[in-house]
Amino acid sequence: MNESHGKDRAALHDEFMAVWGNPSGWRALTIVNHTAIGIRFMVTGGVFFLIGGLMAMLMRTQLALPEQTLIAPKLYDQLFTMHGTVMMFLFAVPILEGMALYLVPKMLGARDLLFPRLSAFGYFCYLFGSLILMSSLVLGIAPAAGWFMYTPLSNAVYSPGPSADFWLLGVTFIEISAVSAGVELVVSILRSRTSGMGLLHMPLYCWYILVMALMIVFGFPPLILGSILLELERSAGMPFFDVARGGDSILWQHLFWLFGHPEVYIIFLPAAGIVSTLLPVFARRSIVAYQWIVLAVIATGFISFGLWVHHMFAIGIPKLAQAFFSMASMLIAIPTGIQIFAWLATLWTGRPVYHVPMLWLVGFLIIFVAGGLTGVMLALVPFNWQVHDTHFVVAHMHYVLFGGMLFPVIAGLYYWLPHFSGRMPSDKLARWGFWLTFIGFNTTFLVMHLTGLLGMPRRVYTYPAGLGWDLPNSLSSIGGFITAMGIAMVLLDIALHFRFGRPAGTNPWQADTLEWATDIPPEPYNFISLPAYPMRHPLWDQPDLQATVAEGRHTLPEIEHGRRETWGSDAVTGRVRDIIHLPGNSWLPFYAALALSVLCISLLIRTYSLALVAVGVSLVLLLRWSWINGAHPLAAPDAEVMPGYPPLHSRTFDSPGLWGMVVTLLADGALFLSLLFGWLYLWTVAPHWQVPETAPLAWMPLLISGALLTVAVICYIRVVQRLREGLDSHLRGWLWGISVLGLLHCGMLIWVWADSTLVPTQTAHDAVISVMLMNQLFHSGLAVIMTVLQAWRVACGYVGKAAPYELAVVEPWWFYTVVIFWVSFAAIVLLPIAWGGA
Amino acid sequence: MPIGIIFFLGGCSGPQSSLDPAGPSALAIAGLWWGMFGFFTLVLVAVTALWLYAMWRKPKSYTEGQTRRIYHQWIVGGGLILPIITIAVLIGFGIPLGYRMLPLPMEEPPLRIDVTGHQWWWEVRYPESGAVAKNELHLPAGVPVDIHVTSSDVIHSFWVPRLAGKIDMIPGHINILRIQADAPGRFRGQCAEFCGKGHARMVLAVEAHTPEAFKAWLEAHQHE
Repeated sequence: MNESHGKDRAALHDEFMAVWGNPSGWRALTIVNHTAIGIRFMVTGGVFFLIGGLMAMLMRTQLALPEQTLIAPKLYDQLFTMHGTVMMFLFAVPILEGMALYLVPKMLGARDLLFPRLSAFGYFCYLFGSLILMSSLVLGIAPAAGWFMYTPLSNAVYSPGPSADFWLLGVTFIEISAVSAGVELVVSILRSRTSGMGLLHMPLYCWYILVMALMIVFGFPPLILGSILLELERSAGMPFFDVARGGDSILWQHLFWLFGHPEVYIIFLPAAGIVSTLLPVFARRSIVAYQWIVLAVIATGFISFGLWVHHMFAIGIPKLAQAFFSMASMLIAIPTGIQIFAWLATLWTGRPVYHVPMLWLVGFLIIFVAGGLTGVMLALVPFNWQVHDTHFVVAHMHYVLFGGMLFPVIAGLYYWLPHFSGRMPSDKLARWGFWLTFIGFNTTFLVMHLTGLLGMPRRVYTYPAGLGWDLPNSLSSIGGFITAMGIAMVLLDIALHFRFGRPAGTNPWQADTLEWATDIPPEPYNFISLPAYPMRHPLWDQPDLQATVAEGRHTLPEIEHGRRETWGSDAVTGRVRDIIHLPGNSWLPFYAALALSVLCISLLIRTYSLALVAVGVSLVLLLRWSWINGAHPLAAPDAEVMPGYPPLHSRTFDSPGLWGMVVTLLADGALFLSLLFGWLYLWTVAPHWQVPETAPLAWMPLLISGALLTVAVICYIRVVQRLREGLDSHLRGWLWGISVLGLLHCGMLIWVWADSTLVPTQTAHDAVISVMLMNQLFHSGLAVIMTVLQAWRVACGYVGKAAPYELAVVEPWWFYTVVIFWVSFAAIVLLPIAWGGA
Repeated sequence: MPIGIIFFLGGCSGPQSSLDPAGPSALAIAGLWWGMFGFFTLVLVAVTALWLYAMWRKPKSYTEGQTRRIYHQWIVGGGLILPIITIAVLIGFGIPLGYRMLPLPMEEPPLRIDVTGHQWWWEVRYPESGAVAKNELHLPAGVPVDIHVTSSDVIHSFWVPRLAGKIDMIPGHINILRIQADAPGRFRGQCAEFCGKGHARMVLAVEAHTPEAFKAWLEAHQHE
C-alpha cells in the first residue's frame, strides 16, 4: 500500500480532480465537498455576525443617553430579540460548525466528511431558515418576545400575529442543520480517521469537536421539542404552557434552558479547541497534559447538562435544588481551570513566538477568565437574585461569548487564513484591529457590570436620568463604536490580504497537524494519498509530508475506479476496517432544503394544504436521496477493490450509515425524553393539571397494536441476524411481511386514537398524549416506508447477501420504535393506573 | 483595576442601586459582592500576570520529567485546588446566607402584602386591612414583610434592589419574597423580567414608613 504510484504530481492531481472536482456556475449548488460547504457556512455566519453587530450598535445608540426616542419600544424589542437569536443561531453555532466541517477531515487525514450530501443539506437549511427569519425584520414583524421566548409572552394571546411563529419555525429549521452537522461530525471523527490514528493520537481540536457535536445531539432536541409544542399551542390551541388549562409556562423555561445552557458550551468548546490547537504551535512545543485536557473537555460536556436551572433561580424553586444547581454550576470551573493551567504550562515550558493570532489568544484569556469568574459569582444563588436579568448578566455573558468565542475564532481565522487563501494577513492592520476591539470591548462591558449593579434591568429600551445610569451607558455606547471599528479593521485586513498578502508557502506557522499537509489552498480531495502514522504531530515528525502526500506515496492513492474513497477505521484504535465510498455532487440536498423551506413558509402563512404538498415532496426527495446508495448504479455498483484492501463499507454490516442512524436516534431519544419530562413535570407541578375521569384511550386495542409492532421488530431482527449468518432466502418476502405487520400496527393505533375521548385543545393532559401518539405514528410509519423500500431494493439487486448494510442501518430504527411505544404505553396507560387516578 | 476606579468615581449610590443597600437582604448580598469582587480581581490579575510572564520571560529548556512536574503542579494547583477551595468557601458562605433570606416561618407571622403583575402596572393589596394601591408599595420600616407575588398575564419580576433580590411573578403560581427596609425612606423598584412593550416603564414606587405613619396610611387607603 505504501509504495510510490509511479506518476507525477500533476497527472495524479488531474485524475483526482476528474472524480472530486467541484462544478461551477449554477451547478455549484450541487457541491457536497466539505471544504466548499465549510467555507459557505463561515462566510454566511460572518455576514450574520455583521447584521447582529449592526443591531447591537443601534441599541447602543438608543441607550447612549437617557430618555432617547431614536428607536421606538416595539422596534427595540425586535432588535434585542433578533440580536440574541442571530448571534446564537445564525452566527456562533454555524460559524463554528463551518470551521469544524472544513478542518476536521483534513486534521484526520480523510478526504471528506462521511455524509457529504448531509453537509450540503445542512447548509441550505441554515441559509433558507436564516433568510426566512431575517425576512420578518424587513417586514417589520420580527419576533419581539426575547431570544428566550418565554411563554405566556410568546403565546398567541400576548404575541398575536406571525412574529413568534417566525422564531419558532425559522429556528427549528436552522436547528435541522445544527443537528445534522452534529451527527455528521460525530460519525466522521469516530469512523474516518486515517489509518493508525488512535483516539489518543487525534488532534485536540477533534476531541473538542467530538464533544461539541455530541452535545448538539443531546442539547438541541429539548428546544426543538419546546418549539414544536409552543407552535402547536399557538396554531392549534394545544395548551402545553397555558396554566388555566393544565399546562405550565415554567415547562417552557426548563425545555429552553435544557438546551440553552449546553448551548453556551457548544459555543465555547470549539473555540477552546482553537486555543488548544494554536497555542502549542506558537509555544513551539506539544501541548502538555493532553489526557488531562481530553478529560476536562468530556467533563465539561457532562456537567453542562446539569446546570440549566441556574438561569431560573428567580422563579422560586425549592432550596435544595438551588444548592444543588449552584454547586453544579460552579463545578464547571474545575475543567475550565484545568484547561487554562494546561495552556499556561504549555507556554511556560515552551519557546513562545509572537504572531498576530497570539495577540487574540492573550485577549481571549483575560476576557474569558473575567467572564468565568463573574459566572461563578452568578452561580451563587443570593447574588443571582440581585443581578439576574440586569445588565450585569449582559456584561458577564458578553465576556464569556465575545471573549470565549469570538476572540479565539478571530485568532483561528488569522491562523487558518493562509490555508483558506494561500496568503498571509498584514501585521500592522491586524494589530490595530486587535487593540481597537480589545479596548472597545472592555470599555463597553466592564462598565456594564456596574450598570447592572446600579439596578438597571436588561431589555429596557430606555431609562430615566438621575438613576446613576447615564455615564456608564454613555461609556458602553462609546466602547461599542470602538469595537465596531476594530472589527471593521479586521475585515479590511482580510479583504486586502486576498490581493496584497504575501504568498504563504507551505505550512507558514510550522504547525504540527495534518490540515497543513494539504495543498494551500486545499484541493477538494484534500490528500492524493492518505498518510498513515500513529503519531500526534505528523508534520513535526515528517516535515516533507506535504510533498510525499501529493506524490501519492502514502495509502489509498488509487482513483481509476472513479469512486470518492476514504479510509473507514476502527472507532478506538484507528485500524483500517473498510473503504468508505462517498457520494458525489447532487441536486437532492438543495431541492430537499427548498421543499422544507416551502413547508416552513406555508406553516407561517397557515396554508396547510400547501404544507401537506411540501411534506410529500420533501419525503420523496429524501427517499430518492436514500435510494442512491450502496450498490445502486450511481453509488458503487462494482465492489472490486485492490488485492489486500479491506472491503467497501456498503459490503459490510458496520457502515458509517449505521453509526449515523444510532447517533440520530440518540438525538431522537433526547427529544422523546424531553417529552416524557414534560409529561411528568406537568403531572406533578402544573397548578391546574386535570386528569379525565375515564381513561381516554382503550388499552386493549392499544396493547394489540403494540404486540403487532413487537412481532414486526422481532422478525426484522431475525432477518438481519440470518443475513449475518449468510442466509438470504425469502428475504423479500420477510420484508414485505414485516411491512404488513407494521402497517396493521399503525392502522390499529390510528383507530385507537380516532376512537379516544381526547380533546387536545381542552387540557394539557390530552395535548401531551396526542403528541406522543403523533410521535409514535411518525416513527412507525417511517419504519414501514423504509422496510418497503428495502424490499424493493432487494428486488432491484441493490440489497442482499453481498450488500447487506442498509438492512442493518434500518434495524436500530425499528428497535427504537418499539422501545418508545412501550415507554409511551407505560407513561400514558400504566402511570395513571399506578397513580390511582383514572 | 479600572473597574475599581469607576466604582469610586461613579459612586455606588442611586435610588435603584443594589450597592446602596437599605435592608438586611440587600446588605448581605452587597457584602457578598464586595468579597467576591476583591478575591476574583486578585485571581484575574494573578492569572493574567502569570500568562504574560510565561510569554515574555526568557525560554528555558526542560527535560521531559521537569515538564511533567511543572504541569502537574499547575493543573493540580490552579485547575483543582484553587477552584475547589473557592467553590467550598462560596457555597459555605453563600448558601446559608441565601437560606436566611427565604420566607421561613416566624413566631409572629410578618405582614403580608399581595402584589400582582399586570402589563404594565403593579396591583398592591393588603389582605389583612383590605387596602389597595396601584404602582406604589407602602410598608412599615424595621420589620420583615412578606410579599406574595403572582401575575395576571405574562411573567414579571418583583425587584426593589435596595431592599432585596428579585422574585418572578408567574401566572398560576404564588411566590413569596421577604423584604425589610431598615429605616423609613423611598426606594425604586422595577419589573425585571421582560414583559412586552411597556417593560421599561413598569416602575414601582416603594415607601417605608414608621409604624405609626404606616398605620395611618393603611387606614386612609382602606376603601379605595
